[in-house]
Amino acid sequence: MSEPAIESTSPAAVSVKGLVKRYDEVEAVRGISFEVPAGETFGFLGPNGAGKSTTIGMLCTLVRPTGGSALVAGHDVVSERDEVRRHIGLVFQDTTLDGYLTAEENLRLHAELYGVPREAVRERMRQVLEMIGLWERRGSLVNTFSGGMKRRLEIARGLLHSPRVLFLDEPTVGLDPQTRRSIWSYIRELKTREEITIFLTTHYMDEAEFCERIAIMDQGSIIVLDSPEALKASVGKDRVQIHTDDDEAAIAALHARFGIEATVVEGAVMFGVPEGEQFVPRLFAELGQPIRSVNVSRPSLDDVFMSYTGTTIRDAESSNSDQMRNVARMMSR
Amino acid sequence: MATKTTTTTAPAPAPPRAPGQPHELARVRVPARSARSELRAIRVVWKRELIRFSRDRLRILTSLIQPFLFLFVLGTGISTLAKAGTHGVNFKTFIYPGVLCLAVMFTAMFSAASIVWDREFGFLREMMVAPVRRSSIVLGKCLGGATVASFQGLIVIAISPLVGIPYNLGLILELIGLSLLLAFSITAFGVMFAARVKQMQSFMALMQMAIMPMYFVSGALFSVAALPTWLAVLNRLDPLTYAVEPMRRAIFSDLNVNPAARHALDPGVTWFGWHVPTALEAAVIALLGLVMLMIAIAEFSRAE
Repeated sequence: MSEPAIESTSPAAVSVKGLVKRYDEVEAVRGISFEVPAGETFGFLGPNGAGKSTTIGMLCTLVRPTGGSALVAGHDVVSERDEVRRHIGLVFQDTTLDGYLTAEENLRLHAELYGVPREAVRERMRQVLEMIGLWERRGSLVNTFSGGMKRRLEIARGLLHSPRVLFLDEPTVGLDPQTRRSIWSYIRELKTREEITIFLTTHYMDEAEFCERIAIMDQGSIIVLDSPEALKASVGKDRVQIHTDDDEAAIAALHARFGIEATVVEGAVMFGVPEGEQFVPRLFAELGQPIRSVNVSRPSLDDVFMSYTGTTIRDAESSNSDQMRNVARMMSR
Repeated sequence: MATKTTTTTAPAPAPPRAPGQPHELARVRVPARSARSELRAIRVVWKRELIRFSRDRLRILTSLIQPFLFLFVLGTGISTLAKAGTHGVNFKTFIYPGVLCLAVMFTAMFSAASIVWDREFGFLREMMVAPVRRSSIVLGKCLGGATVASFQGLIVIAISPLVGIPYNLGLILELIGLSLLLAFSITAFGVMFAARVKQMQSFMALMQMAIMPMYFVSGALFSVAALPTWLAVLNRLDPLTYAVEPMRRAIFSDLNVNPAARHALDPGVTWFGWHVPTALEAAVIALLGLVMLMIAIAEFSRAE
């Protein structure tokens, strides 16, 4: 699963072996191993409560592992904590800005805490603020910023000390779709400008697509790790949705004629077949049930998640015990 | 998006890198940890306290109301009652050092309380994950609180002529020095609790519970000359006693108060009959502050 792969010449930015985190009775992370080569955009995908944030917490030296080891930028997260901290940038789910300071003051404070050379601070600050489009607003109090602007500012701050690895824990959670898109365009632009490894967690499928490789995590374990394309290809089936007058009869007919197991998802009969487009003519000819509409789509990461875990990411989330915590987090926003 | 490719016109302070690639952001190199980087961290945490205090006009204003209430409402009211016992000393002059201490204490306490807010709003995390020692963060915080609270003290010192204490540089410096020490110790005291107490309501309740008894026992509002034994013992154990008494002593000697009045109003702190000198009193405050600072540092180093 964790082949050194791709660029074996450059040292891994993140290297994890048998990492475990146990809270009393609960094993939040159950011995995971993987490597992220330098320069890659790597994503952890999974429902809330899958162990993504705990893992990122351990890699960022905020959570002490119960077992296993992890190297970040070549340094051990337990024994060389400060070395790790110096080489990583962090953007958390919840804001960690001081709202009573201006954007510039927040960045200056960060520069001082991270020991950025004085003579470089101004130029570097200008670069990161221009990149995220907040240079003109540098004198404004952060409290006057929108959620999206705050998140952008946090990304800029995370980059200020030129980290080797930028950790983004759910970088777009709680933002509206338009702001999410703009955050992503900044992240992708960042890749073209800085030699940096980006390590992120998300529970949005569409965001995982932006990663070069993703690890799907569920219940504390990595289920599968590969590029989004390879993962989707591994599903091997296209998704077909049909609307019928009698869903029960259609499902029975699908089973009888083609041996296909179908289910009703969001008001449509859904099933997976290889080569979906070529199946549609046969479907119309042989089903013997009136079909009102048909929709064929290539497998998405939702389907990948479904095929590896047997559940949709949304169902996996609603069954998780930390649901209340997420509600609480949303309410406190 | 506003991505102007900066064609570095101004004399760039950073060494220009890769002239062919204006796109590339110049990487900054973060040096290894050193005493200098710790000092920078202490300084910036201290400075943040100052910036935030200076922005909070309402806080500066409201913290002035209390000293005025004590001096001019309570002071005027009680002075009619206490006239016989003050040996001609203005009652407001008498309680002035106590009022100065109260202003300093409350400001210092609010500074410490901001750690609880910082935790609630997430900013504490930004400081806790920085590659610097926790002790630098805590020390910067305590120094910041001390500075801000002394500034508040300075405002109270500025109104001293209104209660019959004319300006005198020597006296002012002594009062400032003692205010600084007190402010530092109270901030450390608050920070020590802020490491453990995660909720603002609980923190404030705890602080009130600690500060009010300390204040009443210290002799800020009455003379410790003829107290019953139990109160005299408590008085000697109260750290605030060692801030109020030297301030009062300094003011009285500056005003050349007659010996009879001094004896009645400011007998000085005694340990088993031995008069504790001002320097030792200041040392008591400083020592307590240092002990609490150490505890606070230990608490924060253990956290997370």
